[in-house]
Amino acid sequence: MSFYELVKSIKSIRFGILSPEEIRKMSVVNIVTADTYDEDGIPIEAGLMDRRLGTIEPGQKCQTCGNRVRQCPGHFGHIELARPVVHPGFAKLVYSLLKATCWNCGRLLLTNEDVDKYTILMDRYRRKWPQLRLRLADRVIRRASKNTECPHCGEHQYKLKFEKPTTYYEEHKEGTVKLAPNEIRSRLERITDSDVKLIGLDPQIARPEWMVLTVLPVPPSAVRPSITLESGIRSEDDLTHKLVDIIRINERLKDNIDAGAPQLIIEDLWELLQYHVTTYFDNETSGIPPARHRSGRPLRTLAQRLKGKEGRFRSNLSGKRVDFSARTVISPDPIIRINEVGVPIEIAKLLTIPERINSYNIEQVRRLIENGPDIHPGANYIIRPDGRRIDLRFPKDRKAVADAVSIGYIVERHLKDGDIVLFNRQPSLHRMSIMAHKVRVLPYKTFRLNLCVCPPYNADFDGDEMNLHVPQSEESRAEAGVLMLVQEQILSPRYGGPIMGGIQDYISGAYMLTRKETILTREDASQLLARAGYSGELPPPEINEPKELWTGKQLASLFFPSGFNYSLKSNVCLKCPSCKKEDCENDAYVVIRDGKLIKGVIDKKSIGAGQPESVLHRLIKDYGTDVGRDYIDKAFKLFLAYIDSRGLTIGLDEEELPAEAKREVLEAIRQAESKISELIDTYKQGFLERLAGRTLEETLETKIMQELEEARELAGEIAGRYLKETNTALLMARTGARGSFMNLAHMVACVGQQSVRGERIIRGYMNRTLPHFKPGDLGAEAHGFVYSSYKDRLNPIEFFFHAMGGREGLVDTAVRTSQSGYMQRRLINALQDVRVEYDLTVRGTDGSIIQFKYGEDGVDPAKSDHGKAVNVEKIIERVVKAGGG
Amino acid sequence: MSEEPSEKAETKEETETETETKAKAKAKAKAKASASTKAKSEGKKPKKAKETGKEEPSKEAEPAQPLSDQPSPPKSRNEEILDSLLAKYSLPESLVVQLKDKTAGLDLTADQLSRIVEETNSAYIKALIEPGEAAGTVAAQSVGEPGTQMTLRTFHYAGVRELNVTLGLPRLIEIVDARRTPSTPTMTLYLDEEHRVSLEKAKEVVARIERIAVENIAKSIEYDMINSSFIVEIDAEVAEDKCLDLDFIAKSIEKLKVGKVSVEGNSIIISPETTAPEKIKRLRERILDLRLKGIKGIKRVVIQKEDNEYVLYTDGSNLAQVLGVKGIDTTRIYTNNISEIAEVLGIEAARNAIIREAFQVLDQQGLDVDIRHVILVADLMTSTGKIRQIGRHGVSGEKSSVLARAAFEVTVKHLLDAAAHGEEDALEGVTENVIVGQPVPLGTGIVELFMRFSKDGS
Repeated sequence: MSFYELVKSIKSIRFGILSPEEIRKMSVVNIVTADTYDEDGIPIEAGLMDRRLGTIEPGQKCQTCGNRVRQCPGHFGHIELARPVVHPGFAKLVYSLLKATCWNCGRLLLTNEDVDKYTILMDRYRRKWPQLRLRLADRVIRRASKNTECPHCGEHQYKLKFEKPTTYYEEHKEGTVKLAPNEIRSRLERITDSDVKLIGLDPQIARPEWMVLTVLPVPPSAVRPSITLESGIRSEDDLTHKLVDIIRINERLKDNIDAGAPQLIIEDLWELLQYHVTTYFDNETSGIPPARHRSGRPLRTLAQRLKGKEGRFRSNLSGKRVDFSARTVISPDPIIRINEVGVPIEIAKLLTIPERINSYNIEQVRRLIENGPDIHPGANYIIRPDGRRIDLRFPKDRKAVADAVSIGYIVERHLKDGDIVLFNRQPSLHRMSIMAHKVRVLPYKTFRLNLCVCPPYNADFDGDEMNLHVPQSEESRAEAGVLMLVQEQILSPRYGGPIMGGIQDYISGAYMLTRKETILTREDASQLLARAGYSGELPPPEINEPKELWTGKQLASLFFPSGFNYSLKSNVCLKCPSCKKEDCENDAYVVIRDGKLIKGVIDKKSIGAGQPESVLHRLIKDYGTDVGRDYIDKAFKLFLAYIDSRGLTIGLDEEELPAEAKREVLEAIRQAESKISELIDTYKQGFLERLAGRTLEETLETKIMQELEEARELAGEIAGRYLKETNTALLMARTGARGSFMNLAHMVACVGQQSVRGERIIRGYMNRTLPHFKPGDLGAEAHGFVYSSYKDRLNPIEFFFHAMGGREGLVDTAVRTSQSGYMQRRLINALQDVRVEYDLTVRGTDGSIIQFKYGEDGVDPAKSDHGKAVNVEKIIERVVKAGGG
Repeated sequence: MSEEPSEKAETKEETETETETKAKAKAKAKAKASASTKAKSEGKKPKKAKETGKEEPSKEAEPAQPLSDQPSPPKSRNEEILDSLLAKYSLPESLVVQLKDKTAGLDLTADQLSRIVEETNSAYIKALIEPGEAAGTVAAQSVGEPGTQMTLRTFHYAGVRELNVTLGLPRLIEIVDARRTPSTPTMTLYLDEEHRVSLEKAKEVVARIERIAVENIAKSIEYDMINSSFIVEIDAEVAEDKCLDLDFIAKSIEKLKVGKVSVEGNSIIISPETTAPEKIKRLRERILDLRLKGIKGIKRVVIQKEDNEYVLYTDGSNLAQVLGVKGIDTTRIYTNNISEIAEVLGIEAARNAIIREAFQVLDQQGLDVDIRHVILVADLMTSTGKIRQIGRHGVSGEKSSVLARAAFEVTVKHLLDAAAHGEEDALEGVTENVIVGQPVPLGTGIVELFMRFSKDGS
């Protein structure tokens, strides 16, 4: 089927200007009446809503083609303009054409030799470098415009003036004369085809005189539908309004000409007609007031319809609305697999997949039909081989319908478990923003997703919504399943490492489970493994006496494939100057030998999302994406099971420092303060040494800020020393599950300096930030240093400064998103056509080579090992080992 | 160079040496260029792999280091075997280097070595990019996506405390915009052997390049209404520090040809010919802005000590002129002004500069982006021989497809132009095919060969 669809493809699209003849030929009606409907609401003949222009009401037959609404493409009409009018879009081009040609004989103002020279060049360019053609045309026009005497007829050329948007003047000796559009048109008519070619236009497609309109096409009514409001009042489209204006003036002009009105009146009307036509094309033309609706709103005419983000191009052509899609709030589900998505039954009953009945599935499909649209594994429509649709909502006896179907029928059945769908969260910044998932039909009304896919989507559950699309063809489902499935996207092409992985509780759980002190009874161990979906024997217990006990490391080991070797430093590593490796007393050196976790704790560095060169990364690289996915699905559940059984809370009382620690923190800050007052003194006495390239004041500021920063860091350090090992916030910061030491220090020790624009807070009143301080106070407190910790609560002044800093952060984010969004749009637009060819060169659409070999070594970053083409070390290790044994 | 006339005050000797060094620098640049072209033509090895290898930070620097440090010692046995093995495969240079490096200290049999090479080769082939891959889109996403995570903080300290350099998102936008001048142009100047070790010598170089204008050494400038003359009071201390004497300053001002100049104590008195207040005002600006010495555009120079050598960081950039200054190590000179690099050293150098600058910005923010993506962006920007902006006035604006251009920005103008010139859109790109509702020629859409089915399905 799709083969025959593909055969009918559009090869190319040619752009051109319609000639008056063409406009008349394609027109079905000459429109002469400015009115649309009569009192009964019937369209007036030869009016703007003439029935021949196509139908817009359902059930009505088109008077031209006989089709109904969906089939009738709409038909153009036309308006015969009483006098020609310049097309505003081409006004500038018309100006250069007039300048470059003789007003008398119509030839290009170039000698025959020049013409020949340029013709040869033009021909060559047309064949080889179409882009250069336009530049040459520019040059020709510029050369020709300089000539003040026609080399062909010897006539003197007058100076031309162009006044935006559509007026031309000629400077005669007697004074300036306005050129009427019909005069312009007749001049353009005189230009020969060969000269037209030299100017870069194609005379077959765009004769210059066509840029002066004598006939105006009227778009079909489907393009400008009128809407009937509830009150029964008809409201016309902006385009119709504008066309009404044009017809009205056109008719008046015609009448006046026929009546032999004075030239002045005719010219006025003519200009008015020009104005209306100009605004009909573009209502934002500079130099003229925009045409307005009765309410004062500027009309949205042709150019406005195409332009910009909400214009036809960006919102209807580059982006299209689709069927078979759903959107709802998301919520987490740690039990479903990472490549699954929980779909609410209600949605599953609305989204369908067309399934062709064959001898294998006919029985199942019959059952679906019997279930109908309201019972879940059901079907909504049947498409008969002749293309007729049967809506399963209506038949009373669906059983009969089910029996009636036979092979070759297509049934649109409900979404069911295992179907492949595309899942997406905006903004779609990278390709992992749309991934294929397998459906899991679940109760309730939210989409459910595994927490490990949050990082690629950048999703959280504070009300985020996501979209779901159901591919409708066999090919698209196959492609989605092979290329877009979640596990195929674990490795990010951005840096060649896993973008999915453990976050937050997964990491805390893994750490707690694999700590040295974790020992489990047979009961506990079995419980945990059962939740992880492990099936198999328990390993021999690590401890036999007095009773059988297992370590957490043993359980965590069960999910590694045998033969898996790796070692790395974990996140809890203190980065000692010389690493003791296996003998690390913090258990921070992870060693996995033959699929057994021998040493070390599992934390962010091992299973974290976005961590290249982690255990997870190695696993996927060495054993493939399916093993990787399976590991995440199973082992990660174990980590959660453990954290569930043990619990992890953080309370206010934990974030309390002992009195002596508080004293120490205070002391540290006091010392910084005294240093600052020293600095201020030296500054005031004028002894402060200036840093190169800075004023004295700046130097002082920098030094003060340095001092305060150190004080805060010291406070954090002190806090770190006094916090108990069991502190959960500390645990999370150390393992990389959430938060940092700085966050912790803010909570327990000291919030520190607040800044706006990278400086201490200086704005506010004259010479002071707040009226609480003396003018000119340079001290820490007066410029936004927050002494308190969050736990100790901030005083009002501190709170205010803190809010200032906080607000800047918010503004920053808002500005950044728009800026980076635009940059990304530009990058994508510039690079989207670039692809790798069969010869591994990288080329643009026109076949121009951008790189001879992609990335200089031809390696796909997504398949690379964190940027490296091949992990040579690993190979050497393997070969050496094999050779030895 | 156009500033030459005002420089004549300096001794002839100096200008001579200047031109000499300039010539040398040019010759060096040429030699470099020819070397790289040689490398290109030598085999199927990827072009300039070495150059980019240098740019890759720390990770790649480690294995690359020993190569350049050891002045090619006699080949070890491993290396010899490897060389003969590698001749069979076309592995990229970075891999070859890695292989040699990692096997260097090991005791391996010939058989093991050949297995290593074989496995490396098959792993390499597996990692190759597939035809049809939308390399451009992936690169754009990989460079653009981290943008949301970048700080907007414009100013940061770069190496040197005293100098501010634009970083983060604004700088990245600047790079893809291909702006003529960056918002904070700066140069890193290494010194030649003679000047790099002593602070005194380094200061000499600074004196040669730092632009000193009258306003930098003037304590005050006043207009004496009675005598209708300017009185410029020179800060003697500063002037001495910058090796300038009053007479020289006076002579320089004289060259402005604005009127009589005389020296009186620490002041210079200028009596202009006109008294029109408008002109006087402008004249004041001209006098203050008069360059006495140094190079145009170099506003400030900071000396920094970096492992046993003095390095100069400048505020402002002028590559062409600085290249000719005595004492500069022209092989290590660097500026962040990409268009200047393009002008002086050519488009390949500019390409490398774009890669380096963009990668640095991402790296500094702690964002992990594969260098290949950055390379592709840089290559696209420079593939025509001129730096093209990513956007309306560059790459996107020069697309051959009317629809693609219209869908990006300035829709109406592109459509009208296309109509007038009778353009034809061949629907080869992505946007165009999306617009007409056809499969996009990327990935699986690249295939143009179809199997013909007979109607009866056999």
